[in-house]
Amino acid sequence: MEYFIQQLVNGITLGSIYGLIAIGYTMVYGIIGMINFAHGDIFMIGAFVALISFIIFGLTGVALPIILLLVLLIAMLFTACYGWTVEKLAYKPLRGSFRLAPLISALGMSIVLQNYVQVAQGARVKPMQPLISGGLEFFKNSEFIVTVSYLQIFIVILTIILMGIFTYLITRTDLGRAQRACEQDRTMTALLGINVDRTISITFIIGSSLASVAGMMFVLYYGVIDFYIGFLAGIKAFTAAVLGGIGSLPGAMLGGLLIGLIETFWAGYVSLEYKDVAAFSVLIVVLIFFPTGFLGKPDIEKV
Amino acid sequence: MEKKDIIQSFKDSLFTGLIALALFGPIVGLRTASKGEGLFITPQWEVVFLLVGLCILGRFLINLNSARKTEITFFSKITSKFSVITEDKAKHFAITAILFAVVFPFLPFTDRYFMDVAIMILTYIMLGWGLNIVVGLAGLLDLGYVAFYAVGAYSYALIATTFGWSFWICLPLAGVFAAFFGILLGFPVLRLRGDYLAIVTLGFGEIIRIILINWYEVTNGPDGITGIPRPSFFGLPFKRSPDEGETSFHLFFNLEYSTMHRIIFLYYLILVLALITNYFTLKIRKLPVGRAWEALREDEIACKSLGVNPTNTKLTAFAIGAMFGGFAGSFFATRQAFISPESFTFIESAIIVAIVVLGGMGSQTGVVLASIFLIGITEMFRDLEQYRMIAFGGAMVLIMVFKPKGILANRKPTILMHGDKK
Repeated sequence: MEYFIQQLVNGITLGSIYGLIAIGYTMVYGIIGMINFAHGDIFMIGAFVALISFIIFGLTGVALPIILLLVLLIAMLFTACYGWTVEKLAYKPLRGSFRLAPLISALGMSIVLQNYVQVAQGARVKPMQPLISGGLEFFKNSEFIVTVSYLQIFIVILTIILMGIFTYLITRTDLGRAQRACEQDRTMTALLGINVDRTISITFIIGSSLASVAGMMFVLYYGVIDFYIGFLAGIKAFTAAVLGGIGSLPGAMLGGLLIGLIETFWAGYVSLEYKDVAAFSVLIVVLIFFPTGFLGKPDIEKV
Repeated sequence: MEKKDIIQSFKDSLFTGLIALALFGPIVGLRTASKGEGLFITPQWEVVFLLVGLCILGRFLINLNSARKTEITFFSKITSKFSVITEDKAKHFAITAILFAVVFPFLPFTDRYFMDVAIMILTYIMLGWGLNIVVGLAGLLDLGYVAFYAVGAYSYALIATTFGWSFWICLPLAGVFAAFFGILLGFPVLRLRGDYLAIVTLGFGEIIRIILINWYEVTNGPDGITGIPRPSFFGLPFKRSPDEGETSFHLFFNLEYSTMHRIIFLYYLILVLALITNYFTLKIRKLPVGRAWEALREDEIACKSLGVNPTNTKLTAFAIGAMFGGFAGSFFATRQAFISPESFTFIESAIIVAIVVLGGMGSQTGVVLASIFLIGITEMFRDLEQYRMIAFGGAMVLIMVFKPKGILANRKPTILMHGDKK
């Protein structure tokens, strides 16, 4: 039982990270109907920016909460630039092209970003000393002590705060309304005087910022990153987006949590080596049996 | 150009520079390196300034003569002329290319290195042609093609090392296994839409690789399989001193022993295999199933209403593509005599997809040109290993942006209803 609770806590933490990445996939899919294959690599870049800023601020000796806030903002800003540029360079010229063109372009972009970081930062793994240590311990009398680290609490709370801001942005502001309008009908939205290109750009910026936060959490949680982390994390986050129903924002978060839990329990109870197989199998099973996911709208093909 | 425009484009380039600074600043400018315990940062500002300067200059030049339009038309004019020429002279081109390929090993400048590169290019041509059936004809984007390549290589290696059967028995078996896997994997997923299918096939590719790494008892895990038997010339091995009661190739033909014999034999082997793939594709395109593939690629709903079963039709494309992947895989295994999961990563799939896409989906000649271009360039810049993948990904993006249908776009149906009337 204690072991189960420990896995549950770990799974929720991991799920928060996946959920934040998944939002980027689901938003882009909702608005322009393409799988942004390079999104996982945007997440990786966010992790690198966060790592670099952690090192810089670590030398200055500022208090920890301020460092965290600064790194968060810096990572969001710089990573958003990447998201924006990728959209402008690789996807915007392809609007209205044939179905698979943006996907292939995204694949190329993903290869570029990965190797660019490999060249610029080196291929070795980058370790970082843990910044937030310690935690709360439960069930001290039993054989297995459940530890909830402060870092895990921080990650979950930060995710909840961001989700709150994000939900407010999408449901209450003009920007969010424009965004949802673009999702429904781009031509009509343009006719009503909304700058569609700008709205799409902002979608990419928001998605990339959230991915960069996930990147920062990844650096803090695992303490080791390399240029290849975006690939697996990206696939799993995409699985999360599909599981929750692609195009649905609460679905992305729900899917993220589920994928995090499935992966952790699989690794804890079944087999550690095959934990990535679990995520891929879930993706396949979900796509076959309920392609619309839990909260997605049914997809009707029209002639 | 007016003064206002120049100022405008100047501002625009400065903005580009600002963005470039934000992009390159942290990632390129602050390189992290571990020294002793922990990470330290080495600044590399010169590189950043160089890159930012290049971006500003490039943007300014593009704005200045608004080069983009003229360049695009120039580029597409050249390539379309090129595709018209290759299409008109397709027969001549093909015959010349095949003749050249046949005499290639005996040309005076051909040495061991050239032969190795040529064998590699031919392997990719074969893989490209195999995948072209799936991507180019049936329009299914398969990002996990390497899985079938791996299945072919591993089934060849396992059968050959366990039972000691000869290459000529193992090769078809490997193809059958790969095709079987194609059906097994394809059956549940082929109902999915195009982009979902791409991601799912990618997932399958990774699953196969993870299984190869972890299923230690059978695949020997990350260490791979060694001592895979080399192919023999219809029973005559390429050995300097054959075993008791066995004749080797050079003794049988009364030749001086040379390692080149085996290389040349391998070269012809892959050439024949690739040509078989090509011949098969060209023939099957004209059969009902081939026409159904092309029709499905163009409009699935129309096909459904005309009574074509999309799942079965796609499944045949998937299985046949997988079979050729399996053949190529077993050739790879016998050439290397050693295989490990490292040879079958996602990047390998991406290269094969890139070859098909860059060549122009559905174009057989395009695959040849793209393989020679990509693999040849890669070989030429061996020392710049790190940069070549950036160039590779960049080429994928650029070609999609400027020429979304590939260098030699061939989406015309193979057979028209009223003959060749245009």
